[in-house]
Amino acid sequence: MKITSNRSKAYRIFSLIVLILLAVAFTFPLYWIVTGAFKTGQDIYAQTPHLWPTEWTMANFEKLFSRRSAPLFEIGALVGPTVPGVIRWLVNTVFMAVMAMLLTCITAAMAGYALAKKRFVGRTLLFSLIVCAMALPKQVILIPLLREMSALHLWDTLWAVIFPTVGWPFGVFLMKQFAEGIPGEILEAARVDGAGEVRTFATIVLPMVKPGIGALAIFTFINSWNDYFMQLVMLASNANFTISLGISTMQAETSVDLGLLMSGAALAAVPIIIVFLIFQKYFTQGITMGAVKG
Amino acid sequence: MAKQPKSTMSRALVRRETISGYMFLLPSLIFFVGFVIIPMFVCIFNSLTDVNMNTAGMGNFVGLKNFTDLWQDATFKEALWNTFVIVIVSVPTVCAFSLWVSSAIYKLNGKLLSAFRCIFYLPVVTGSVAVTVVWKWMYDNYTGIFNYVLKDGLHIIDKNINWLGDPKYALGCIILILFTTSVGQPIVLYVSALGNVDQSLVEAAQVDGATNLQVFWKIKWPQMMPTTLYILVITTINSFQCFALIQLLTQGGSGTNTVMYYIYYTAFKLTEKAGHFGYANAMGVILAIFIGLLSALQFKLAKEK
Repeated sequence: MKITSNRSKAYRIFSLIVLILLAVAFTFPLYWIVTGAFKTGQDIYAQTPHLWPTEWTMANFEKLFSRRSAPLFEIGALVGPTVPGVIRWLVNTVFMAVMAMLLTCITAAMAGYALAKKRFVGRTLLFSLIVCAMALPKQVILIPLLREMSALHLWDTLWAVIFPTVGWPFGVFLMKQFAEGIPGEILEAARVDGAGEVRTFATIVLPMVKPGIGALAIFTFINSWNDYFMQLVMLASNANFTISLGISTMQAETSVDLGLLMSGAALAAVPIIIVFLIFQKYFTQGITMGAVKG
Repeated sequence: MAKQPKSTMSRALVRRETISGYMFLLPSLIFFVGFVIIPMFVCIFNSLTDVNMNTAGMGNFVGLKNFTDLWQDATFKEALWNTFVIVIVSVPTVCAFSLWVSSAIYKLNGKLLSAFRCIFYLPVVTGSVAVTVVWKWMYDNYTGIFNYVLKDGLHIIDKNINWLGDPKYALGCIILILFTTSVGQPIVLYVSALGNVDQSLVEAAQVDGATNLQVFWKIKWPQMMPTTLYILVITTINSFQCFALIQLLTQGGSGTNTVMYYIYYTAFKLTEKAGHFGYANAMGVILAIFIGLLSALQFKLAKEK
């Protein structure tokens, strides 16, 4: 008995050490981005890498902000003040992620409730279609989607990225999982009391699936922010770029200026990481509930 | 789904439920049908035509020509092979790794547990562009930290290796990055699955003198089967989709072409086939079939166990 407990204690210490090493390895790229963004060219191209910048500099960010400029926003005839291009990219990215998040949450909450609680004709068929579509790699439908967007005159606008994200059925699936937890008796009672469909949904269903909406919101926001492939295919003009796309184009143009690239990468990654850290509780919940079981 | 429990559902009720059901579904269906289902069918249809960037309509029907052409296409075969290598290497390693990490962290206290969970999720949140940009630097021939550590630090290699330029290493390097961006979700799922394991069974086994390892394989592992299955499927899909890494690091060079990248390349980059959408769609169809078959196989294997 003594031996086993010693052994399991040794194993626990061993695994904790391995975990800490792994944690260092997993955070290192991010650390390298952030410190790289503040390093001088001398530090970056040194034969012996400097783990800590010998001298902190803002030069990379200054260069990043002095690149091509663009209006802050353009809504029809309304054109905002001129700002550095990267700021416009950030504005675009936030707009895209927020719109995708709002539309996904509204449509998915409604559809998830219907799938979980309504016994309508065609429900099984629709549900199997949703599960199958979830297994399909999004990129497979990319070319038809591209042509559809250009036919709708949406190509090279942020909507061309937003709409397919909203159409992706994961959200509906997730919200169905949450809506299944609503007891049928409560809905029945509301109907007996004479509450209409809309009122039942707004006053009973929505408050009960709130944690699900939180999870879906943060999940959609982060995924949309990082969905590089869709952005690459759908956006063409510099003023419509997202931050990811902007940085990747910059990489193609100036692949040698690592400091500049790191400052761009930091600007793309840090905001979304902060959002993730604030809402990570909901996020974890979303991943767990969204898993297709069995 | 017209078969309803006889007692409660009258025909009028079914109709009412159907109408109100679709009212709630309508906004979501517009997006789902418009931007997923329709493109899906167009993709299948286009794969049978010679449609290209300059065709206004649907192009001419060519039967299975695109598919037979693909069969002759050496680049496609190479891309398919590389895609398989990525899937076969990364799926088991991601699963085993995340299972080990989860079982090591799930009993830690709340703060520490969520800290570890966050750290392993970090590469996913960072975003593929930022991740590839920094890894490209880390792999760099002259200024990369890998060469420095391996040569000057550990003396394992005696001269700098051009990691991404050398066909011997490039695919492996990409798989490594893919690995770090793939374990986040499985770890979250396994941690939650381990927390949901029926504790009374575990305790009963411990009273009977089962070792930790026995408890794990005989009791916890079977109960986590649905989670494992789901993880296998999502990791497979993830590995198939590996695109940003290839596009930003090697442009399909040094033996790292994948089907996903070749689709993009055929549709937008390749000079002689530029805009050959039918051909690219045929690849998309093949990819979707492979993923469908693999997912079905994984489900079947797990059901038998």
